[in-house]
Amino acid sequence: MEFDALLLSRLQFAFTIAFHIIFPSFTIGLASYLAVLEGLWLTTRNEAFKTLYLFWIKIFALSFGMGVVSGVVMSYQLGTNWSVFSAAASPVIGPLLAFEVLTAFFLEASFLGVMLFGWKKVGPGLHFAATSLVAIGTIISAFWIISANSWMQFPQGFERLADGTLRATDYWQVVFTDTFPERLAHMLLAAFLTTALVVGGASAWRLLKNREDQESCIALKMAIGMFAIVAPLQLLVGDLSGKEVLEVQPAKLAAIEAFWETRTEQPFHIAAWPDRAAEKNHWEISIPKIGSWITAGRSDAEIKGLKSFAPEDRPPVAIVFWAFRVMVGLGIAMILLGLWGAWLIWRGGGPEKHPLFLKAAVVMSPTGFVAVIAGWIVAEVGRQPWVVTGVLRTRDAVSPVGAGEVSGSLLAFMVVYAIVFTVGALYILRLIAEGPKPVPAEDTEPPLKPRPPGYALGAAPDAPEEEVRR
Amino acid sequence: MSLDLPLIWAAVIAVAVLMYVLLDGFDLGVGILFPFAGSPQDRDVMMDSVAPVWDGNETWLVLGGGGLFAAFPYAYSALMPALYIPILLMLMALILRGVAFEFRLRGRRRGKRFWTAAFAVGSITATVAQGFVLGGFIQGITLDAEGRFAGGRFDWLTPYTVLVAVGLVAGYALLGAAWLIWKTENELHGRARLWAWASGGMTAAMLAAVSLATLFVHPRVASRWGFQDGAFDPERLLALFPIPVVGLAGLALLVVGLLRRSHGWPFLGAFLVFLSGYLGLAVGFFPNIVPYDMTFRDAASPDNALGFMLVGVLILLPAILGYTAWVYWVFRGKVSADAGYH
Repeated sequence: MEFDALLLSRLQFAFTIAFHIIFPSFTIGLASYLAVLEGLWLTTRNEAFKTLYLFWIKIFALSFGMGVVSGVVMSYQLGTNWSVFSAAASPVIGPLLAFEVLTAFFLEASFLGVMLFGWKKVGPGLHFAATSLVAIGTIISAFWIISANSWMQFPQGFERLADGTLRATDYWQVVFTDTFPERLAHMLLAAFLTTALVVGGASAWRLLKNREDQESCIALKMAIGMFAIVAPLQLLVGDLSGKEVLEVQPAKLAAIEAFWETRTEQPFHIAAWPDRAAEKNHWEISIPKIGSWITAGRSDAEIKGLKSFAPEDRPPVAIVFWAFRVMVGLGIAMILLGLWGAWLIWRGGGPEKHPLFLKAAVVMSPTGFVAVIAGWIVAEVGRQPWVVTGVLRTRDAVSPVGAGEVSGSLLAFMVVYAIVFTVGALYILRLIAEGPKPVPAEDTEPPLKPRPPGYALGAAPDAPEEEVRR
Repeated sequence: MSLDLPLIWAAVIAVAVLMYVLLDGFDLGVGILFPFAGSPQDRDVMMDSVAPVWDGNETWLVLGGGGLFAAFPYAYSALMPALYIPILLMLMALILRGVAFEFRLRGRRRGKRFWTAAFAVGSITATVAQGFVLGGFIQGITLDAEGRFAGGRFDWLTPYTVLVAVGLVAGYALLGAAWLIWKTENELHGRARLWAWASGGMTAAMLAAVSLATLFVHPRVASRWGFQDGAFDPERLLALFPIPVVGLAGLALLVVGLLRRSHGWPFLGAFLVFLSGYLGLAVGFFPNIVPYDMTFRDAASPDNALGFMLVGVLILLPAILGYTAWVYWVFRGKVSADAGYH
């Protein structure tokens, strides 16, 4: 394998976007969770919701900051490293990214300031509006970026002109490609699940220390509700998305399932080591026939194998096959966790009384991130060798830059992101270890001495009641 | 009548870049001035003054990049590889200074010291890198016949671009100092005045130096201003005269504002200086969007893409400007350590 600008650019893109997606997949869910918490506090006046809000907003501020700065990179990296792709695809999907900036990024960035620092500057209604607008902004942002990605997976609504350039013929079709709705639902549910797993895990950890922690108990029950409802729903949506892959990206589907031969009654490989050179799997552990049933809904369905595609049109197999199994395996674990938790709420006298469940929730807390990254590996590596399926190959999309500068920038990204990620994770874990702190009654008077300034919402619990009600 | 969509989009991108330079300019400037603060408390106040708005300010950079990608993809795909190293340097510096806003509050002693330094170094590095991008852009990009970048990887690094980078650091520091005069009180406010004098003087000197150097960098730019093949055409210079006049008026406003101890006028003065510099450079290369071989018309996306986006811009840009103004209004007034601000 030669480390040329193409391979290095692919590595750099994979690294920077995998790093970036960690934060949106958490903050999309967390923004909505915060809006729910603030809404519940405003309607019920239960102080526990406010305590939870003021706790999770600190973690939100840290994660959102990391998401913003790693996201700015993406809007320039398309040009620095993938200029041929940019020039070719932008006439069609450029507007989608422009709309993302106009409809989502400004909304999020502007109202984030009010959300984090405006507690004493605006009334509670306006503050709630700011939180909600940030949450809506994150979802709008997901809408456009998944729309652009869906077009790259399965491009529609465009034509190729005589000079080779692309042009949109129908923007409705470009935005709403056939596979877009399932992909968007899949990503949003993944984000909600990821957030619920972190919130649930952090709350379970607090409850292991102190079973009487009221706020953590409420948060854990909310998280269990999300696992129990969203995780099974995610399995259904994922299955729908997979059936569409079978239809529009059959080579990707064959790689996901490591099917080499085209046949009916495909087996399902639980584990295997796909070998591209030998065009077969080693060490297969399989269940006969149900591969066809899982992928197409009928065991007598004929499913194309990788051998029916020219070798240069096949995606890498092993990485796609295993990433898919990691994602699905974790998804099933999430469903089981949800069912277990729901059972404990219904019959067990509350999940906080069951240390084994609490420990399981702690162990599961980072798995949402793993599943999201594994899912994106399936989607993006599975699309190879194409960057735009059937239209532009990845190897033809790279910028005219040298291996020297790309290896330099990749190395620099690795150093910078290692620092930022390590420190960010440390600060978030430190906050979680401290846990949510209820506002003491005497602390509702304005403080005589200020807290360290700049502390996001640091002084917020001190807001006098009159001011909050204003 | 059909709309001249590429021209409208060139104007939209130009406004986005100008907004970015003015808005992120002052918060980068605050970072540039960070090492000169008198006390840790002053640094806290300096950061607090921009914390609620920096993210919105930086979004104009994303609009500049995303807008260029969407409206002028051929320019985007030629410029980005040409300016690969300074752009990636800028992005990484922006990462370090961006996370510093939150990380600095969470760090204990050592962490806080590290992120204080990261905020300053990141702000300065990002500004220098933007200076290289700007300088490299103005001195011209080497393209092949198909409009792809065909120059060397260090084309952006010349004495001229170094001059531009230093000038931009001075200019952003001026914006930052003027912002702090407006937003702070007491000792920090007094210190910001000194910073404004120093950076204002440097900005004026650098602006003059960059203006002169630009005339020598490319004959096309010189001819725009009336200097061609040794001959001088005063009519051309006269037509563009309002641009330097705006700059001089800005400097005058700055000086008078500082002398009269005004809190708001120096900021407006610094704004005008930047506006003048921006327009002055723009007339040198317009209508090129990749100097000096690709015009904005050559680089534009098809009309249906531009038209589709224009509908969005017409509705959304006024809304964005409206709520951005509202956020600044919410955080109006002086920031101080004991205001119970957050």
